[in-house]
Amino acid sequence: MVDPRIVIVGAGPAGTRAAETVVRHGLRPVVLDEAPQSGGQIYRRQPPGFSRDAKVLYGFEAGRAGRLHAAFDALAGKVEHHPGTLVWTVRDGAVHTAPADGGAVGRFPYDALVLATGACDRVIPFPGWTTAGVYTLGAAQVALKYQACAIGGRVVFLGTGPLLYLVAYQYAKAGAEVAAVLDTTGFAAKAMALPKLLAVLPALAKGLYYLGWLRSRGIAIHEGVVPVRVDGADAVEGVVFRSASGEERRIACDAVGFGYGLQSETQLADLAGCRFAYEPQSRQWLPEADADGRSDVAGVYLAGDGRRVRGADFAEMAGELAALAALGDRGIAVDQARMAALRRGLDRGLRWGQALQAVFPVPHHFLADLPSETVLCRCEGVTVGDARRAADDLDAREINRAKALSRIGMGRCQGRYCGLSAATILADTAGEKPETAMRIRGQAPVKPVPLRTEEAAS
Amino acid sequence: MSAQRYDVVIVGGGIMGASTAFHLRTVHGKSVALLERGFVGAGASGVNFGNVRRQGRFLPQIPLSHRSREIWGRLPELLGEDCEFLPTGGLRVAYSDADMAVLEKHVGEARDWDLHLDLLGLNAIRSRWPWLGPDVVGALMSPADGHANPRLVAPAFGRAARRAGAVIHEHCEVADIAREPTGFRVTTRTGLEVRGEVLLNSAGFWGGAIAASFGEPVPIVARGPQMAVTEPLPYFMEPVLGGVSSDIYLRQVKRGNVVYGGGLRGPVETDPPRGRPVPDLSIAQWGRVLRFVPVLAGAQVIRTWTGVEGYMDDDIPVMGESGTTPGLFHAFGFCGHGFQLGPGVGAVMAELMATGRTVTPIEPFHIRRFAHLKPARPA
Ligand SMILES: Cc1cc2nc3c(=O)[nH]c(=O)nc-3n(C[C@H](O)[C@H](O)[C@H](O)COP(=O)(O)OP(=O)(O)OC[C@H]3O[C@@H](n4cnc5c(N)ncnc54)[C@H](O)[C@@H]3O)c2cc1C
Ligand SMILES: Cc1cc2nc3c(=O)[nH]c(=O)nc-3n(C[C@H](O)[C@H](O)[C@H](O)COP(=O)(O)OP(=O)(O)OC[C@H]3O[C@@H](n4cnc5c(N)ncnc54)[C@H](O)[C@@H]3O)c2cc1C
Repeated sequence: MVDPRIVIVGAGPAGTRAAETVVRHGLRPVVLDEAPQSGGQIYRRQPPGFSRDAKVLYGFEAGRAGRLHAAFDALAGKVEHHPGTLVWTVRDGAVHTAPADGGAVGRFPYDALVLATGACDRVIPFPGWTTAGVYTLGAAQVALKYQACAIGGRVVFLGTGPLLYLVAYQYAKAGAEVAAVLDTTGFAAKAMALPKLLAVLPALAKGLYYLGWLRSRGIAIHEGVVPVRVDGADAVEGVVFRSASGEERRIACDAVGFGYGLQSETQLADLAGCRFAYEPQSRQWLPEADADGRSDVAGVYLAGDGRRVRGADFAEMAGELAALAALGDRGIAVDQARMAALRRGLDRGLRWGQALQAVFPVPHHFLADLPSETVLCRCEGVTVGDARRAADDLDAREINRAKALSRIGMGRCQGRYCGLSAATILADTAGEKPETAMRIRGQAPVKPVPLRTEEAAS
Repeated sequence: MSAQRYDVVIVGGGIMGASTAFHLRTVHGKSVALLERGFVGAGASGVNFGNVRRQGRFLPQIPLSHRSREIWGRLPELLGEDCEFLPTGGLRVAYSDADMAVLEKHVGEARDWDLHLDLLGLNAIRSRWPWLGPDVVGALMSPADGHANPRLVAPAFGRAARRAGAVIHEHCEVADIAREPTGFRVTTRTGLEVRGEVLLNSAGFWGGAIAASFGEPVPIVARGPQMAVTEPLPYFMEPVLGGVSSDIYLRQVKRGNVVYGGGLRGPVETDPPRGRPVPDLSIAQWGRVLRFVPVLAGAQVIRTWTGVEGYMDDDIPVMGESGTTPGLFHAFGFCGHGFQLGPGVGAVMAELMATGRTVTPIEPFHIRRFAHLKPARPA
């Protein structure tokens, strides 16, 4: 019997554990990741030549990061690893790749495909968010973690989610001036109000620690705010917000990091043909999978934040479990007790994930009050008003229809950053539930691929 | 309960159906219901390349193409929007003497059909479009051709038809068409029933199955031309580009994105309709694009797509009255070149159904050319 070909997309916590599991069962998987090194988002490694201490880079997570990196490094020679390689589409039992260095495109046929594609920042637009100097929280963190750069000299962090206080803390610790943290949800009060069991969630405990640390350094923290606008024509000069008591306030700064938690990167699952279901808390349509990560498409498995945002620890479990499922489905003996334990762990993850979303709710309601000239789709320059007009005047209440008629989500990010907000705006305008606007259908390439001379891979 | 009765019921709301509905209302004052399975103009009509091209056509189709071109020029007046139609000129380029001979021949024959084309040699090309690839040796310019945004055109015809009083039912897939003593009774999967004196089959690829159900099968297959678009680039490519043997076509929109297509057509799913581009075919286009317009090297491709188009085995559409059933009319199977024709097809089909004749010759497209094919089951 020929060995099944197992392809893993993503070398973060989920992908690393999936690869390790496959190797442990005597097979040699292909591991593809567009990043130059393994580690994924949270345990992103610094570029060669940088020598910051793990404790500086990963804080509380230094131990986990070290273990995950060691686990991947131990697979050297036992996996076919292609870093710096974007998977730009999936079709007919093969993934198609384009290397970041402009080299030849590739095609990897698979018997089992594990998609461990992670998450990206959730954005809700507000006036001025496209001004130079405004970053997502994730991007602000990447700048620091990867390149050891700060996004500005005097930075405001805005939004909600576990990253808000974490990134503010990381910046302050690295010596950047944090002008203020503007929290749209009132995290501390919410976390305290949770039942004991949930309040000890590591993410919350850490969040409270960062918050306390920032306060003790005299950094202003405003809870329950509504962002009003970013000031500055060519570059950020300040942020205006409405405080919990309703007054408008301005904080001078030269950079803003903002975001509202994470959203799953689901485009490859979509192109692979997986069925999606609506998840009301996040208002995201997510690919469906059973407890082990099997999607409804034979041979396609989903793991980690790309399936559902549950954080790195659960991503590791999900990666291992999906790999075991893929191996077991191909007639390879796997440890059933281990699978059962992982399922139980992930079940806990699901509940924790829901609790986190309750503590850091996405402020969908901000969208209804946005001025119509606010840019919604920055790639194509489509405004909130354009979207409302599409729903009203052109009867385009379904997002793909609105995309066709107004260009929302037609640009290079493929609607990653505007799609979820646009769906809510269309539904709000039509007076319908948000899920009636549906989701932007995935289209290849999931990220841009440069034109070059190339014959089709055979 | 008796179903609402209309002069004409249209099955299929692509550009053909939508533009026919518009002309039936605005020119002939007929009552119209249009039934569309999805959104109006979201099939082939909404995803095509957007070429508004007359040159290089099957010659007897040029009068229809001229009639359509005249309507393209009046879209703002007719629909209240221009649908991004830009009469930038269409350029068909030659890579070889053999290609050049094809173009030379076409100049003469097109002139007989009142289509005036300019044959350009190497010097003219190099000075006007220095960015064309070094393999280009000559070209044929059709000055009043151009391109438009396909996503906008059929929906705009649909909205204008509705404003003029047409009844448009979206998300209503026709499940059954029954012949009645006078006219037709049409039932949709949503349970809607309408009656029509006259019925237009403008169901694109699926029009073949409808024709077959009236005892007139046709040789039609569904294929998906492969399309792609780059990120916005500085505007430089004024004319729409096509080739004789190069099998690639390109256009640049005012925003700067370069849209291209061509090469082998891929397989598509038709039930439910779904076009997914084939990666290897997308990759195979890159080299051809760069031979044509080398400055596009390194431009980022941001999206690929395809759509479900019906191709007849003789590469020309089916248009005109049914050969078996009085009151039934067809306009389907446009073989990858129906976008330019759409506005004109609507005018012609409306005229034909409302008055019994049309001033535009469409004889070559009559379904009776396939009368020798046996119906699947005897009628
Ligand atoms: C910017 C950012 C910063 C974060 N920071 C923190 C933090 O500080 N602390 C914390 O607890 N959590 C953080 N998270 C969340 C945390 O990263 C995740 O919970 C965890 O990494 C999930 O692991 P994963 O394996 O599912 O995905 P990831 O770690 O995200 O790994 C997914 C991998 O897949 C690759 N990939 C995705 N799509 C493709 C493709 N098409 N082709 C090739 N490769 C692809 C990516 O390059 C990535 O390496 C962050 C998330 C983001 C997006
Ligand atoms: C990718 C691509 C590129 C192309 N490029 C060009 C170009 O550059 N220039 C050019 O001139 N042409 C081009 N074409 C061809 C052109 O798009 C078509 O010829 C034209 O749009 C056909 O229009 P239509 O209305 O006949 O078909 P369609 O647009 O397919 O409309 C038929 C409609 O009928 C509906 N329908 C089917 N069955 C039923 C039913 N049972 N009940 C209700 N509704 C039903 C369908 O949902 C569909 O909306 C291209 C086509 C494709 C796919």
